[in-house]
Amino acid sequence: MEVLQPTNLDDALAILADRGETVTPIAGGTDLLVAWHEQRRWEGTFLDLSRLGELSEVRLTDDALHIGGMATYWDVAADRAVAEAFPLLEQAARQVGSIQIQMRGTWAGNIANASPAADGVLALLAYGATVILASQQGTCEVPLDRYYHGYKQTARMPNQIITAIRVPRRTYDVELFEKVGSRAALTISKVGMAVTHNEQTGWVVAANSVAPFVCRCPALEKLLTDGCTVRSPDDLLPAVDSDTRPIDDVRSTARYRRIVLSRIIYFGLRDAAPGFE
Amino acid sequence: MNDTDAVNITLSFTINGSEVTVDVPMSDRLLDVLRDRLGLTGTKEGCGEGECGACTVLLDGRPVNSCLVPCFQVQGRDVRTIESVDRATLSPLHESGATQCGACTPGVVMTSRWIGEDRSVLRGRTLRELMSGNLCRCTGYDGIIEGVRRTLDEEGED
Ligand SMILES: Cc1cc2nc3c(=O)[nH]c(=O)nc-3n(C[C@H](O)[C@H](O)[C@H](O)COP(=O)(O)OP(=O)(O)OC[C@H]3O[C@@H](n4cnc5c(N)ncnc54)[C@H](O)[C@@H]3O)c2cc1C
Repeated sequence: MEVLQPTNLDDALAILADRGETVTPIAGGTDLLVAWHEQRRWEGTFLDLSRLGELSEVRLTDDALHIGGMATYWDVAADRAVAEAFPLLEQAARQVGSIQIQMRGTWAGNIANASPAADGVLALLAYGATVILASQQGTCEVPLDRYYHGYKQTARMPNQIITAIRVPRRTYDVELFEKVGSRAALTISKVGMAVTHNEQTGWVVAANSVAPFVCRCPALEKLLTDGCTVRSPDDLLPAVDSDTRPIDDVRSTARYRRIVLSRIIYFGLRDAAPGFE
Repeated sequence: MNDTDAVNITLSFTINGSEVTVDVPMSDRLLDVLRDRLGLTGTKEGCGEGECGACTVLLDGRPVNSCLVPCFQVQGRDVRTIESVDRATLSPLHESGATQCGACTPGVVMTSRWIGEDRSVLRGRTLRELMSGNLCRCTGYDGIIEGVRRTLDEEGED
């Protein structure tokens, strides 16, 4: 086992330029150390991001929220101004694991880990966030809704680090987040959804635990945009089926997931969406 | 933990107010350093994967699961464990029936220390939410929440 601990981003990017294919970045370790525990050993080369102080910033400006690559759930949720500007980020953060996990787990780690059940990704998607990736070649910004292209398949190249997440600041008339799990704390989502509506950007509907990665739901978005008549949750099922590919696993079943998703969307939006009766 | 190829790291950090330097396997978790190297066995290992909170310690003043902190991230930082807590402050916990087998208690106490040191964390949050990362499998949560509340009240009075 080898651990590399650069103290500035340039040195970190130089390491990845050289040996990115075989080096695993580590941030809060809340995903990586669980895997280590399960396998009872920890091998390989790790790039410790914890000394890159420049990545821990959370900055709110008039037009965006900047979440540094090492910023934790707590850093965002405990900042009153940020929590008020982005209530879904606060709601998601407060439902990730427990306080102890929220103190260590990072938003960037949640994105990079690419779990289909990721709660941070769900809220960020609803806000149209973009992922900022840096390498020695420079920086690029990838919209989060184009970041995944399969189970654990992401836009990140081995020589890149997620240095920040940028969340545009907009005024929304609908902001909704719902996580369905087996209890309130310390639970992984069986199914979750986040929805926003803004005059310019329209409806954004995102769902987790119903596809190989946390995804937008274009059929549901279209149904909302068109103002289709929806009289019961079941009227949403065709759109849910077109948008998602739920599976049976240890946490739930495909059947439960599709039905519950239709219900949390219907009851969540009944008073807010045109056409919902 | 199993140390696959026995690489060691020399770490210096502050433990319960004192500077220490230890030579430990790179693959150790903070929990292993505390229990096996420093003999601070008050911190318990429960699940080993961040679910139960028995191994909660304060890292730079914040509650974390020491089973999920790799030792190499502790260099230069401040760690506080149950051994730093004044016994006299624990009476309310005992009196409210917050402890039975005791395995979760060190973690419970450390999370409640964090709340006691910065009560602003209670703004908009309940004690139950803040304590939800400390699982108890015997006595139940009412006694724990009551005990933590009383500890905080007593501290608030002086
Ligand atoms: C008990 C427990 C409960 C949990 N509950 C939830 C939950 O409710 N909801 C949820 O969504 N998640 C949950 N998680 C998972 C985890 O906490 C989150 O996914 C967290 O955001 C991961 O962040 P981290 O910094 O700890 O990642 P790490 O473990 O450090 O890294 C995770 C992955 O991301 C990569 N990585 C990290 N940072 C970067 C970066 N800046 N650039 C490139 N790659 C990077 C690493 O190489 C690794 O592959 C839970 C975990 C535990 C242990």
